[in-house]
Amino acid sequence: MDTSVYDEIGGAVAVDAAVDIFYRKVLTDSSISHFFDSVDMDDQAAKQKAFLTMAFGGPNEYTGKDMRAAHAGLVSRGLNDSHFDAVCGHLKSTLEELGVPESLLTTILGVAESVRDDVLNR
Amino acid sequence: MPKITVAGSSFDRAADESVLDALLRHGVAVPNSCRKGACQSCMMRAMDGYVPAEAQAGLKETFVHEGYFLACQCRPDGDLTLASPDNNAAFQPATVVFTEALGETVHRVVLSPETPLHYHAGQFINLRRPDGLIRSYSLASLPGTIPELEIHVKRLPGGAVSTWLCDTIKAGDPVEVSAPAGTCFYLPTREPQNMLLIGTGTGLAPLFSIARDALHAGHQGGIHLYHGSRSRDGLYRHHPLRDLHAAHDNFHYHPCVSGRDVPDDCIPGRADAVALHEFGNLAGWRVYLCGLPAMVHAARTQAYLKGASLADIHADAFELAGRDENRGAADEAATG
Repeated sequence: MDTSVYDEIGGAVAVDAAVDIFYRKVLTDSSISHFFDSVDMDDQAAKQKAFLTMAFGGPNEYTGKDMRAAHAGLVSRGLNDSHFDAVCGHLKSTLEELGVPESLLTTILGVAESVRDDVLNR
Repeated sequence: MPKITVAGSSFDRAADESVLDALLRHGVAVPNSCRKGACQSCMMRAMDGYVPAEAQAGLKETFVHEGYFLACQCRPDGDLTLASPDNNAAFQPATVVFTEALGETVHRVVLSPETPLHYHAGQFINLRRPDGLIRSYSLASLPGTIPELEIHVKRLPGGAVSTWLCDTIKAGDPVEVSAPAGTCFYLPTREPQNMLLIGTGTGLAPLFSIARDALHAGHQGGIHLYHGSRSRDGLYRHHPLRDLHAAHDNFHYHPCVSGRDVPDDCIPGRADAVALHEFGNLAGWRVYLCGLPAMVHAARTQAYLKGASLADIHADAFELAGRDENRGAADEAATG
């Protein structure tokens, strides 16, 4: 994975800024918020951070197997392509708000897209 | 079955059992209180074996490095060898200076530790009774000014430690206090920043310290303190906070009463609802939330959705231990 994207946008600090904007968008989108609504906000925010770190090509230990296991419960609650698209849309608008250059944006969205089948368990 | 070895003796542990539960089951005395990974009173030290990261969440870097972990949160895959659970090093003797009733259910207890504590406004101590029972209390005193420590204790029916602190102890009695802990605290900022402080019940204690510490540090920006209670009697620092309000242009005290019979000088409604209704956009604000978990968790989400960044929201949820209200440290894990 290309770790230079992660470094280029500012590493962990950039991820924290992105999580703040991204998670707020996710929680206010009523078509997907129920998948993310949890009493433990720390836990949820940590998951969003892990996801964005992975999408930015930063240090992460995610495997396809983890992705499948982590989302299996959500898939059984109806998680499908439309929800995945919505999350990717929020990721895109987050990156645009942060002024991430077009070329990096394409790379990041490509990484997110690459885990679609694992997330949806198919 | 995984084993735990302490002081030369080995004990079996079920796979889903915490180290704390296993040791207590085998009759090993381990100090403990909240059992939710908040109060840190069950901290133990691993001499050998692998400690999962979640058992060290919230601990200081130096403690993590030394192999300390929270026994109540520790469910390792393999065997562990532990230093003996003698937590005495973490406690020091203190003497009760005086106690004072602040209304019907809250007592103010002032303690003098043998060695002065260095703490941040908003942090808590564990208090150990001579019989070994431990409870956590947030410090309401202003750090760095006087060595005496002030805590606010709510008397709960059946609460062993709270009834003892409110009804039995007297000046001169000995207790023990731990080093300060918790990450919901105030640090001065260089840039002016508005602060929103919401506390219910004795959740006021850390906020009382934070507000005064911020003013003491010359904090630039508005400081809005919302204290909520069911009745006016529960707003147990009404007059000192009104005085503080009158003395500082940038300090605003908002007393909220959620029950009936709301006096003219109080706002009807729950403190978190009133406060979060008042401010449309909290972007750039620093938010402190202290009190019972339901309020803290709900207000935290609302503050975040209103624009406060995760790193700027500091929350301290008071768990119930036994039947005492025990402050705990649910804190900003993902905020770095």
